[in-house]
Amino acid sequence: MPSAFLPEEYLPIVIFMMIVIAFGLGTLAAGIIFRPKRPYREKLVPYESGNPPVGEPRYRFSVKFYIIAMLFVIFDVEAVFLYPWAIVFDKIGLFALVEMLLFIAVLVVGYVYAWKKEAFRWD
Amino acid sequence: MMAEGIFIYLAAAIVILSVLVITRSNPVHSMITMLVLFFHIAALYVTLNAEFLAAIQVIVYAGAILVLFLFVVLLLNLKEEMVARRYIGPWPLGVLAALGLLVVIVLSLKSFIPGPSGVFTTEVVRAETNTKVLGQILFTEYLYPFEVVSMILLVAIIGAIVLAKKRLRN
Repeated sequence: MPSAFLPEEYLPIVIFMMIVIAFGLGTLAAGIIFRPKRPYREKLVPYESGNPPVGEPRYRFSVKFYIIAMLFVIFDVEAVFLYPWAIVFDKIGLFALVEMLLFIAVLVVGYVYAWKKEAFRWD
Repeated sequence: MMAEGIFIYLAAAIVILSVLVITRSNPVHSMITMLVLFFHIAALYVTLNAEFLAAIQVIVYAGAILVLFLFVVLLLNLKEEMVARRYIGPWPLGVLAALGLLVVIVLSLKSFIPGPSGVFTTEVVRAETNTKVLGQILFTEYLYPFEVVSMILLVAIIGAIVLAKKRLRN
Protein backbone atom coordinates (compact mmCIF):
# COMPACT_ATOMS: atom_id res chain seq x y z
CA MET A 1 0.00 0.00 0.00
CA PRO A 2 1.27 3.52 -0.69
CA SER A 3 2.44 5.44 2.33
CA ALA A 4 -0.02 7.80 3.99
CA PHE A 5 0.27 11.23 2.49
CA LEU A 6 -0.16 14.31 4.63
CA PRO A 7 -0.30 17.61 2.73
CA GLU A 8 1.03 19.99 5.38
CA GLU A 9 0.77 23.01 3.09
CA TYR A 10 -3.00 22.72 3.27
CA LEU A 11 -3.00 23.33 7.02
CA PRO A 12 -3.77 27.09 6.66
CA ILE A 13 -6.85 26.21 4.59
CA VAL A 14 -8.02 23.77 7.24
CA ILE A 15 -7.51 26.39 9.96
CA PHE A 16 -9.32 28.95 7.82
CA MET A 17 -12.26 26.58 7.30
CA MET A 18 -12.42 25.88 11.03
CA ILE A 19 -12.48 29.62 11.82
CA VAL A 20 -15.22 30.14 9.22
CA ILE A 21 -17.36 27.33 10.63
CA ALA A 22 -16.71 28.45 14.22
CA PHE A 23 -17.63 32.04 13.33
CA GLY A 24 -20.84 30.99 11.63
CA LEU A 25 -21.94 28.65 14.40
CA GLY A 26 -20.78 31.08 17.07
CA THR A 27 -22.81 33.93 15.59
CA LEU A 28 -25.92 31.77 15.43
CA ALA A 29 -25.35 30.53 18.99
CA ALA A 30 -24.84 34.10 20.25
CA GLY A 31 -28.07 35.08 18.52
CA ILE A 32 -29.98 32.26 20.20
CA ILE A 33 -28.58 33.21 23.61
CA PHE A 34 -28.98 36.99 23.51
CA ARG A 35 -32.03 37.74 21.39
CA PRO A 36 -35.47 38.13 23.01
CA LYS A 37 -37.85 35.29 22.25
CA ARG A 38 -41.44 36.34 21.53
CA PRO A 39 -42.71 33.94 18.88
CA TYR A 40 -46.11 34.48 17.32
CA ARG A 41 -47.75 33.25 14.17
CA GLU A 42 -47.23 36.31 11.96
CA LYS A 43 -43.47 36.07 12.37
CA LEU A 44 -43.47 32.78 10.48
CA VAL A 45 -45.26 34.25 7.45
CA PRO A 46 -43.01 35.10 4.46
CA TYR A 47 -42.33 38.83 4.31
CA GLU A 48 -43.89 40.52 1.31
CA SER A 49 -43.51 44.21 2.14
CA GLY A 50 -46.30 44.15 4.66
CA ASN A 51 -48.95 42.60 2.42
CA PRO A 52 -50.34 39.15 3.09
CA PRO A 53 -48.39 36.66 0.94
CA VAL A 54 -50.08 35.64 -2.31
CA GLY A 55 -49.53 32.38 -4.21
CA GLU A 56 -46.91 29.69 -3.85
CA PRO A 57 -43.39 30.49 -2.67
CA ARG A 58 -42.01 27.81 -5.00
CA TYR A 59 -42.72 28.19 -8.67
CA ARG A 60 -41.22 26.45 -11.68
CA PHE A 61 -38.21 28.11 -13.21
CA SER A 62 -37.92 28.66 -16.92
CA VAL A 63 -36.00 26.03 -18.84
CA LYS A 64 -33.83 28.87 -20.19
CA PHE A 65 -31.89 28.90 -16.93
CA TYR A 66 -31.08 25.27 -17.53
CA ILE A 67 -29.69 25.83 -21.02
CA ILE A 68 -27.39 28.54 -19.70
CA ALA A 69 -26.31 26.25 -16.86
CA MET A 70 -25.59 23.38 -19.26
CA LEU A 71 -23.49 25.58 -21.53
CA PHE A 72 -21.73 26.95 -18.45
CA VAL A 73 -20.74 23.43 -17.35
CA ILE A 74 -19.26 22.69 -20.79
CA PHE A 75 -17.23 25.89 -20.97
CA ASP A 76 -16.21 25.41 -17.34
CA VAL A 77 -14.71 22.04 -18.23
CA GLU A 78 -12.93 23.71 -21.12
CA ALA A 79 -11.49 26.36 -18.80
CA VAL A 80 -10.26 23.69 -16.40
CA PHE A 81 -7.86 22.42 -19.07
CA LEU A 82 -6.24 25.86 -19.20
CA TYR A 83 -4.85 25.55 -15.66
CA PRO A 84 -2.33 22.72 -16.26
CA TRP A 85 -1.62 24.20 -19.67
CA ALA A 86 -0.70 27.58 -18.17
CA ILE A 87 1.64 25.91 -15.67
CA VAL A 88 3.62 23.87 -18.21
CA PHE A 89 3.46 26.45 -20.99
CA ASP A 90 7.01 27.70 -20.42
CA LYS A 91 8.35 24.15 -20.73
CA ILE A 92 6.55 23.03 -23.87
CA GLY A 93 6.36 26.42 -25.58
CA LEU A 94 5.02 26.91 -29.09
CA PHE A 95 3.83 23.32 -29.38
CA ALA A 96 1.57 23.82 -26.35
CA LEU A 97 0.26 27.09 -27.81
CA VAL A 98 -0.68 25.42 -31.09
CA GLU A 99 -2.45 22.50 -29.46
CA MET A 100 -4.36 24.75 -27.10
CA LEU A 101 -5.39 27.00 -30.00
CA LEU A 102 -6.62 23.90 -31.80
CA PHE A 103 -8.54 22.86 -28.69
CA ILE A 104 -10.14 26.27 -28.33
CA ALA A 105 -10.83 26.54 -32.08
CA VAL A 106 -12.98 23.41 -31.95
CA LEU A 107 -14.90 24.84 -29.02
CA VAL A 108 -15.28 28.20 -30.73
CA VAL A 109 -17.18 26.30 -33.43
CA GLY A 110 -19.58 25.18 -30.69
CA TYR A 111 -19.71 28.70 -29.32
CA VAL A 112 -20.59 30.16 -32.71
CA TYR A 113 -23.20 27.44 -33.17
CA ALA A 114 -24.75 28.31 -29.81
CA TRP A 115 -24.67 31.98 -30.71
CA LYS A 116 -26.29 31.44 -34.13
CA LYS A 117 -28.93 29.19 -32.61
CA GLU A 118 -29.68 32.07 -30.22
CA ALA A 119 -29.01 29.96 -27.16
CA PHE A 120 -27.78 33.07 -25.33
CA ARG A 121 -30.89 35.09 -26.09
CA TRP A 122 -33.44 35.31 -23.38
CA ASP A 123 -36.72 35.71 -25.31
CA MET B 1 -1.36 8.43 12.44
CA MET B 2 -2.51 11.96 11.67
CA ALA B 3 -3.12 11.03 8.02
CA GLU B 4 -5.24 8.06 9.07
CA GLY B 5 -7.28 10.28 11.37
CA ILE B 6 -7.96 12.75 8.57
CA PHE B 7 -8.92 9.94 6.22
CA ILE B 8 -11.29 8.42 8.76
CA TYR B 9 -12.94 11.80 9.33
CA LEU B 10 -13.32 12.43 5.59
CA ALA B 11 -14.58 8.93 4.82
CA ALA B 12 -17.12 9.03 7.65
CA ALA B 13 -18.25 12.54 6.67
CA ILE B 14 -18.63 11.52 3.02
CA VAL B 15 -20.74 8.47 3.89
CA ILE B 16 -22.94 10.40 6.33
CA LEU B 17 -23.38 13.34 3.94
CA SER B 18 -24.22 11.01 1.05
CA VAL B 19 -26.93 9.38 3.13
CA LEU B 20 -28.23 12.83 4.10
CA VAL B 21 -28.34 13.90 0.44
CA ILE B 22 -30.65 11.06 -0.53
CA THR B 23 -32.82 11.15 2.59
CA ARG B 24 -33.68 14.87 2.86
CA SER B 25 -37.25 15.42 1.74
CA ASN B 26 -36.60 19.05 0.83
CA PRO B 27 -34.56 18.92 -2.39
CA VAL B 28 -32.91 22.28 -1.71
CA HIS B 29 -31.60 20.99 1.65
CA SER B 30 -30.39 17.96 -0.25
CA MET B 31 -28.44 20.20 -2.62
CA ILE B 32 -26.82 22.17 0.22
CA THR B 33 -25.73 18.89 1.81
CA MET B 34 -24.34 17.85 -1.54
CA LEU B 35 -22.26 21.03 -1.68
CA VAL B 36 -20.66 20.15 1.67
CA LEU B 37 -20.18 16.60 0.34
CA PHE B 38 -18.32 17.87 -2.74
CA PHE B 39 -15.96 19.88 -0.57
CA HIS B 40 -15.22 16.83 1.55
CA ILE B 41 -14.49 14.78 -1.57
CA ALA B 42 -12.14 17.56 -2.71
CA ALA B 43 -10.33 17.32 0.63
CA LEU B 44 -10.07 13.56 0.14
CA TYR B 45 -8.40 14.14 -3.24
CA VAL B 46 -5.91 16.48 -1.59
CA THR B 47 -4.91 13.76 0.86
CA LEU B 48 -4.49 11.41 -2.12
CA ASN B 49 -1.90 13.77 -3.59
CA ALA B 50 -4.26 14.78 -6.40
CA GLU B 51 -4.48 18.52 -5.98
CA PHE B 52 -5.61 19.20 -9.51
CA LEU B 53 -8.47 16.77 -9.15
CA ALA B 54 -9.41 18.53 -5.91
CA ALA B 55 -9.47 21.86 -7.71
CA ILE B 56 -11.65 20.36 -10.47
CA GLN B 57 -13.95 18.92 -7.83
CA VAL B 58 -14.49 22.41 -6.44
CA ILE B 59 -14.59 24.30 -9.75
CA VAL B 60 -16.63 21.90 -11.87
CA TYR B 61 -18.68 19.88 -9.40
CA ALA B 62 -19.31 22.36 -6.58
CA GLY B 63 -19.38 25.29 -9.01
CA ALA B 64 -21.19 24.09 -12.13
CA ILE B 65 -22.76 20.65 -11.78
CA LEU B 66 -24.41 21.52 -8.49
CA VAL B 67 -26.01 24.52 -10.18
CA LEU B 68 -27.29 22.14 -12.85
CA PHE B 69 -28.80 19.89 -10.18
CA LEU B 70 -30.32 22.88 -8.43
CA PHE B 71 -31.96 24.00 -11.66
CA VAL B 72 -33.38 20.52 -12.18
CA VAL B 73 -34.82 20.71 -8.68
CA LEU B 74 -36.33 24.12 -9.40
CA LEU B 75 -37.55 23.14 -12.87
CA LEU B 76 -39.51 20.20 -11.58
CA ASN B 77 -42.43 20.85 -9.36
CA LEU B 78 -41.55 18.76 -6.34
CA LYS B 79 -44.42 19.60 -4.04
CA GLU B 80 -45.67 16.02 -3.84
CA GLU B 81 -42.20 14.64 -3.19
CA MET B 82 -41.70 16.99 -0.28
CA VAL B 83 -44.63 15.58 1.66
CA ALA B 84 -44.56 11.96 0.48
CA ARG B 85 -42.99 9.33 2.71
CA ARG B 86 -39.95 7.70 1.25
CA TYR B 87 -38.30 4.32 1.30
CA ILE B 88 -41.42 2.33 1.91
CA GLY B 89 -40.41 0.09 -0.99
CA PRO B 90 -38.71 -3.28 -0.64
CA TRP B 91 -35.95 -2.18 1.74
CA PRO B 92 -34.80 -5.73 2.64
CA LEU B 93 -33.86 -6.09 -1.03
CA GLY B 94 -31.71 -2.98 -0.74
CA VAL B 95 -30.01 -4.26 2.39
CA LEU B 96 -29.36 -7.56 0.64
CA ALA B 97 -27.82 -5.79 -2.38
CA ALA B 98 -25.65 -3.64 -0.10
CA LEU B 99 -24.44 -6.70 1.81
CA GLY B 100 -23.66 -8.47 -1.46
CA LEU B 101 -21.63 -5.46 -2.59
CA LEU B 102 -19.80 -5.45 0.75
CA VAL B 103 -18.88 -9.12 0.29
CA VAL B 104 -17.56 -8.39 -3.20
CA ILE B 105 -15.51 -5.44 -1.93
CA VAL B 106 -14.05 -7.42 0.98
CA LEU B 107 -13.20 -10.37 -1.29
CA SER B 108 -11.54 -8.13 -3.87
CA LEU B 109 -9.59 -6.25 -1.19
CA LYS B 110 -8.29 -9.57 0.17
CA SER B 111 -6.72 -10.42 -3.14
CA PHE B 112 -5.47 -6.87 -3.67
CA ILE B 113 -1.92 -6.69 -5.00
CA PRO B 114 -0.45 -3.19 -5.42
CA GLY B 115 0.90 -2.72 -8.92
CA PRO B 116 4.52 -1.84 -9.65
CA SER B 117 5.41 1.74 -8.82
CA GLY B 118 5.78 3.92 -11.91
CA VAL B 119 7.89 6.99 -12.58
CA PHE B 120 5.55 9.33 -10.76
CA THR B 121 5.77 8.27 -7.15
CA THR B 122 4.29 10.33 -4.35
CA GLU B 123 7.64 12.01 -3.72
CA VAL B 124 8.16 12.97 -7.38
CA VAL B 125 4.66 14.38 -7.72
CA ARG B 126 5.05 16.29 -4.48
CA ALA B 127 8.32 17.83 -5.57
CA GLU B 128 6.99 18.79 -8.99
CA THR B 129 3.42 19.62 -7.88
CA ASN B 130 0.49 17.64 -9.18
CA THR B 131 -0.82 20.10 -11.76
CA LYS B 132 2.58 20.49 -13.39
CA VAL B 133 3.11 16.74 -13.72
CA LEU B 134 -0.37 16.34 -15.12
CA GLY B 135 0.12 19.15 -17.61
CA GLN B 136 3.43 17.78 -18.82
CA ILE B 137 1.95 14.37 -19.54
CA LEU B 138 -1.36 15.64 -20.87
CA PHE B 139 0.12 18.05 -23.39
CA THR B 140 2.87 15.78 -24.71
CA GLU B 141 2.11 12.10 -24.32
CA TYR B 142 -1.68 12.30 -24.25
CA LEU B 143 -2.05 15.02 -26.84
CA TYR B 144 -4.52 13.12 -29.00
CA PRO B 145 -6.96 12.28 -26.17
CA PHE B 146 -6.76 15.91 -25.10
CA GLU B 147 -7.83 17.09 -28.55
CA VAL B 148 -10.56 14.45 -28.60
CA VAL B 149 -11.91 16.04 -25.41
CA SER B 150 -12.59 19.24 -27.35
CA MET B 151 -14.64 17.19 -29.84
CA ILE B 152 -16.61 15.58 -27.01
CA LEU B 153 -17.31 19.01 -25.53
CA LEU B 154 -18.40 20.25 -28.97
CA VAL B 155 -20.83 17.35 -29.25
CA ALA B 156 -22.12 18.20 -25.79
CA ILE B 157 -22.71 21.84 -26.76
CA ILE B 158 -24.57 20.91 -29.93
CA GLY B 159 -26.55 18.18 -28.20
CA ALA B 160 -27.61 20.49 -25.38
CA ILE B 161 -28.76 23.20 -27.78
CA VAL B 162 -30.54 20.82 -30.16
CA LEU B 163 -32.48 19.19 -27.31
CA ALA B 164 -33.26 22.38 -25.41
CA LYS B 165 -34.17 24.56 -28.39
CA LYS B 166 -36.56 21.98 -29.76
CA ARG B 167 -38.40 22.04 -26.47
CA LEU B 168 -38.49 25.82 -26.46
CA ARG B 169 -40.17 26.18 -29.82
CA ASN B 170 -43.04 23.88 -28.93
